[in-house]
Amino acid sequence: MSSYHLDHLQYLETEAIHIMREVAAEFERPALLFSGGKDSICLLRLAEKAFRPSDIPMPFLNVETGHEFPELLEFRDRRAKELGAKLIVRTVDEAIAKGHAHPAPGEISRNKLQIPVLLGAIEEFQFDCAIGGARRDEEKARAKERFFSFRDSFGQWDPKNQRPEIWNLYNAKLNPGENMRVFPLSNWTEMDVWEYIKKEQLEVPNIYFSHERDCYRKGGQWLPVPPPHTDATKPDPFAGARPKANEPIKRMIVRVRTIADMISTGMIESKTETIDDIIGEVSAARVTERGTRADDKASEAAMEDRKKAGYF
Amino acid sequence: MPHSHPIELLRFNTCGSVDDGKSTLIGRLLYDSKSLMEDQVEALEKSADITGGGQINLANLTDGLRAEREQGITIDVAYRYFATPKRKFIVADTPGHVQYTRNMVTGASTANLSIVLVDARLGVIEQTRRHTYIAALLGIPHLVIAINKMDLVDWSEARFNEIRDEIESFLPKFGAFRDVKFIPMSALSGDNVVDASAKTPWYEGPALLHHLETVYIASDRNFSTFRFPVQWVNRPNNPTNKELHDFRGLSGQIASGIVRQGQEIVILPAGIKTKVKEIWSYDGAITEAFCPQSVTICLTDDIDVSRGDMMVGLDNLPGRSGDLQARVCWMNLRPLTAGKKFYLKHTTQMVQASVTQIENRINFTTFDAEPNPAALGLNDIGTIRLRTAKPLIFDGYETNRLTGSFILVEQGTNATVAAGMLFPPLETARPEYADFAI
Repeated sequence: MSSYHLDHLQYLETEAIHIMREVAAEFERPALLFSGGKDSICLLRLAEKAFRPSDIPMPFLNVETGHEFPELLEFRDRRAKELGAKLIVRTVDEAIAKGHAHPAPGEISRNKLQIPVLLGAIEEFQFDCAIGGARRDEEKARAKERFFSFRDSFGQWDPKNQRPEIWNLYNAKLNPGENMRVFPLSNWTEMDVWEYIKKEQLEVPNIYFSHERDCYRKGGQWLPVPPPHTDATKPDPFAGARPKANEPIKRMIVRVRTIADMISTGMIESKTETIDDIIGEVSAARVTERGTRADDKASEAAMEDRKKAGYF
Repeated sequence: MPHSHPIELLRFNTCGSVDDGKSTLIGRLLYDSKSLMEDQVEALEKSADITGGGQINLANLTDGLRAEREQGITIDVAYRYFATPKRKFIVADTPGHVQYTRNMVTGASTANLSIVLVDARLGVIEQTRRHTYIAALLGIPHLVIAINKMDLVDWSEARFNEIRDEIESFLPKFGAFRDVKFIPMSALSGDNVVDASAKTPWYEGPALLHHLETVYIASDRNFSTFRFPVQWVNRPNNPTNKELHDFRGLSGQIASGIVRQGQEIVILPAGIKTKVKEIWSYDGAITEAFCPQSVTICLTDDIDVSRGDMMVGLDNLPGRSGDLQARVCWMNLRPLTAGKKFYLKHTTQMVQASVTQIENRINFTTFDAEPNPAALGLNDIGTIRLRTAKPLIFDGYETNRLTGSFILVEQGTNATVAAGMLFPPLETARPEYADFAI
């Protein structure tokens, strides 16, 4: 009997595939949130494993803040094309122009503005389910998430009143206007993600590996210097988010450990050239992955508050 | 790189009453096994000044919701992950408050092992019995009774023995644990959690972590009887590619047993016998597959199969019935009364069901099944009878956790209101083909 044994990655994989197929079977119009980041890269491979030789039966959806790493967008578009999937992109800029999203005075981060854009896209395409790559080990409000996370017709999460989730029996029933967020990687850790990327030989955007980059110090982190503003006919998308005179620029060897957008992703000093180097670095790490995310440092309940409002 | 290649995965949950120290215990396991990161410790220290009077509160690690930190209780299941060089662990920290028993069921339903905490000062209370009973009911194979706060009873061996004897006196009523371990500890100070304590020279057993790393779990899975609920029909229907045009696979996760290429199988409820032509996987065809693998199975005959059907082996046929008897844990504020209608989700199908009778309700003081209660209230456990609109293909929960379980969903609100465990079938499915011999 000992040969009938799954190691922990195989176990996590079969659990995630089961969840992906439940989504395809139970929902009429699901979407898969694909940013090009490491977690959603794993989601795509799991979708291939769940649905091939058929097409992946759902479009990919991404919400852009307008502050993305260009490398990430290039990778996202190329990967979607390679898989023959339909990629839907909705942007914070568009939402602001249409009056669907309103930046708070003085707030430069567009993290919270992703919420109305995501909810708008769900409404526009009548998505009843969105698969996301969030993991419970990322953050303690996420540690409370179900695999199938119910959202009311305002997109809100009610953490005190979640549906019990028992065995592998997921309750996918919805009333009109409500929707479900589904997280197949719930039980994966950062280490599992990298081990899976290695095992499956998945390509990741090159910003996960060490490279030379201009950075500046802000809020205890090394933030990347945004690309120069070249198109004078449009306003600078990074206006207000460029290094100030008292924030000197330094050329460094860095990489990202987790990717938000350019103004909320701390770069880490690192010399990693291969996936094995990254795995070595993760296993020796003394801070959590989201310790490099400015968006989570706001308060102890920053994530909980955003999730209640409809964040994924 | 001690964390990069653990072999086995152990899922466990912690339960017990409010203030028994569950969250503290998990915090201690993470802290002492060096699974905490600097920013987590920093956040802990920051919150210590506010809520802990300056002392680090390990429970803040798992109590992830603002309301939980404010009230100092665990409301919902929190999942934590850690690894040692020997194993990888998924921990479900489940609530102790009576009001949240349903969340304990959630956290425990997928566990290999349950840790029930007992406050050494208070001894066995109703929640201890309830949680031990639920762990047994859910068929969790391994049980640890963690007798905590031993420092507050002066590490008294007599007190430890007294509590152990009381639990051992009612355990046989519950049946089915494969092994039970009693461990004296102090989660707050870390004694017998990660390292063996010098304060319990009279205790010869292992510290908790050592037990978690070594308890034998390889035989927890059911490899004897093949069950494959069809989850999704995989039909590329690609007109430009002849091979893909004809491809028709049945995708799903193997609930139990092993399946091999060429093997004879039966599709239920139709009762059609056919053979496995190919076991398709993204990584290439495989000759055999076992639980809990997710695969796509192609059959030799082109027959009508859809989601909700079940593929089984020729021996040990499952039951088939629309009249069911089950033990349920009721999880809703509105009580369950006979005559109510629900959606019932079993394996990969959802059918309408009506509860025809409430046979009994468990009294958690005596563990007697009290017959004919008027209703089952929130967090009650009892035996009910149901009628389903369509017969289920099922096994008894004791022999198969996945084909013997169901949930009830309230019509209208869509709330998940009950977890159900089916009694063994009275009669097996009888396929109606001529050459079939039972």
